[in-house]
Amino acid sequence: MSVLEIIKFAIRGLFINRLRTALTTLGIMIGVASVIILLAVGNGSSKAIQASLDRLGTNSLQVRSGGGGFGARARASASTIKPLTILDTVALTDKTQAPDIKQVAPIASTNGTCVVGANTTSPSTFYGTWPAYYEASNTSIQSGSYFTNDDVTQARRVALIGQTTATALFGTSSPIGQTMRCSGIEFTVIGLTTVKGSSGFQDGDSLVLIPITTMENTITGNQPLSNILVEATKSTTTTAAQTELTAILDARHGISGRKTADFSVFNQASLLSTASSSSQTFTTLLGMVAAISLLVGGIGITNIMLVTVIERTREIGIRKAVGAPKSAILTQFLIEATILSLLGGILGVIAGFVGSHFTIAGTKPVIVPASVFLAFGVSILIGIFFGGYPASRAASLRPIEALRYE
Amino acid sequence: MAEAVDSVVDIQPVIEVQNAVKRYGIGDSTIYALNGVSLTIAPGEYVAIMGPSGSGKSTLMNILGALDIMTSGKYFLDGIEISSMEENELSIVRGRKIGFIFQSFNLIPRTSALHNVELPMAYQGIKSKVRRERALVALGVVGLSDRVNHEPTELSGGQQQRVAVARALATRPALLLADEPTGALDSKSTADLLDLFDQINAAGRTVVVITHELEVANRAKRVIRMRDGKIVSDELNGERVA
Ligand SMILES: Nc1ncnc2c1ncn2[C@@H]1O[C@H](COP(=O)(O)OP(=O)(O)O)[C@@H](O)[C@H]1O
Ligand SMILES: [Mg+2]
Repeated sequence: MSVLEIIKFAIRGLFINRLRTALTTLGIMIGVASVIILLAVGNGSSKAIQASLDRLGTNSLQVRSGGGGFGARARASASTIKPLTILDTVALTDKTQAPDIKQVAPIASTNGTCVVGANTTSPSTFYGTWPAYYEASNTSIQSGSYFTNDDVTQARRVALIGQTTATALFGTSSPIGQTMRCSGIEFTVIGLTTVKGSSGFQDGDSLVLIPITTMENTITGNQPLSNILVEATKSTTTTAAQTELTAILDARHGISGRKTADFSVFNQASLLSTASSSSQTFTTLLGMVAAISLLVGGIGITNIMLVTVIERTREIGIRKAVGAPKSAILTQFLIEATILSLLGGILGVIAGFVGSHFTIAGTKPVIVPASVFLAFGVSILIGIFFGGYPASRAASLRPIEALRYE
Repeated sequence: MAEAVDSVVDIQPVIEVQNAVKRYGIGDSTIYALNGVSLTIAPGEYVAIMGPSGSGKSTLMNILGALDIMTSGKYFLDGIEISSMEENELSIVRGRKIGFIFQSFNLIPRTSALHNVELPMAYQGIKSKVRRERALVALGVVGLSDRVNHEPTELSGGQQQRVAVARALATRPALLLADEPTGALDSKSTADLLDLFDQINAAGRTVVVITHELEVANRAKRVIRMRDGKIVSDELNGERVA
């Protein structure tokens, strides 16, 4: 008897038992789809965390005066604190002493209120800095232009503002080229920064950036820097960059031996590793849930297959009584199980892909390719094994035993 | 009917059973369903097996049909020893040599009469075209030409049993075995089926029927009576043979 003939028998068997076929397929489909979707959600959330950390700038370090703070390499506060200055900043740009530092931006910070006509707003971030800041802080503009090194040297009264500030001052009209008054000084808005979104409690778009020289000349006078933003050459060299900058600042601030440092370094990379390890835990957890759902799905498949064979043992007896060899019966049932598992598996993969297009629990799922193969492979193995095993037992019965089976 | 007795001696028998024993269970609960049955049936014979319920008729028939194996003894079918065969060889014997008819029909559910009749030929590897022709002929012989696409549930008991007969005949077996084939049928269907058996036997095929109905046994040329796993009488048209 040809294999083609047996395949025909198998397909006829599936058609004859439509309800059972549909239920088995559905069971496999749900198992496969849930594994794919759950892992996609886990993966999506860890990707989202990664992305938001990338937005923060993973190769950036912040140097602050004094010690202490979350994620800081705190070196305790000394009795005499030398403030951070522009000269400190310039010292860090020394390529021979700090080969792993790409660029450095000083940050002078102030509080102020900006006014346009009757509109006022107090930007939560009001910084004076220079162009290296853009890259080190992952700041870009959506319209207008950046202020340049020339603007810094000339201490021009130009400003970049964030979307929240722009809306508060100018409503829906374009802020570019318009003037505003901040802390009593008039600035020309030359650029609107790209929307950053809020991180934690802080609105990243309530923002005014001006040349540091302008800020010192007109608003704050010669006050210490609030911090220095340092960008390492690569995310992998952040630690090296931190060592280098610490050495330079230790020398400049006269820190040695037992004397504790009067500055602290915040490392985004350490934040990153904390966050990514917690997102890994989350993914592992979802993976376990997925494994359990695959297991439950597998038990379901097994059950249906077992019931199928018990239900069809009599039929197997009839087939054997009219001369069917064990191999033909086994092949038929294996083909039936394979078709069912394949069908369920393929539908499950499709459902998994479709389901992963929706936002689930605030997360955009990102499919893990391995999960597709894993879920598909496991469901097919389960289907074939548990379809084949009871069938092989039934096919080994003497016809009369199979016929008597109730 | 002396020539029937002669034929047993002269011609190679279809069935030769030597001292068949079938034991069920162990220890105290041991039952001998067959307790030393010896039997020879020549080609072309029409044999009825009678006996009270539980006397071992079905057990014997299942062994003759290669559906079951005996505990000890020998069984030759067409001169070939069946009792020592492996399951794989037995499946070939079942398909080619034997047509088996059950009391409960045993058709494949939700499958047309035609497919049911084609089934044994499919397992023999007979090409689908030939198979179909032969199945249609067999269904014609049993008078079901107009029911070939009906499923078992759409057929009466008598019709289902005739499908089963067609299935048994289509492979052109040497031996037709029937275990209480009329047990589930009304008297009209019974008469039709018995006519069919007469025809089949007249065409030269060996027929063995288990029955407890005299009407059925009277059609046979030889009647074997069993009791407690043993043959207690073996008569030709009412005369004792063995
Ligand atoms: N599978 C079995 N297990 C145990 N005992 C059985 C089995 N099949 C038949 N028997 C016993 O063997 C004896 C003969 O049974 P059977 O051949 O079916 O009788 P009959 O067909 O003449 O009514 C009975 O006593 C029956 O209970
Ligand atoms: Mg019986």
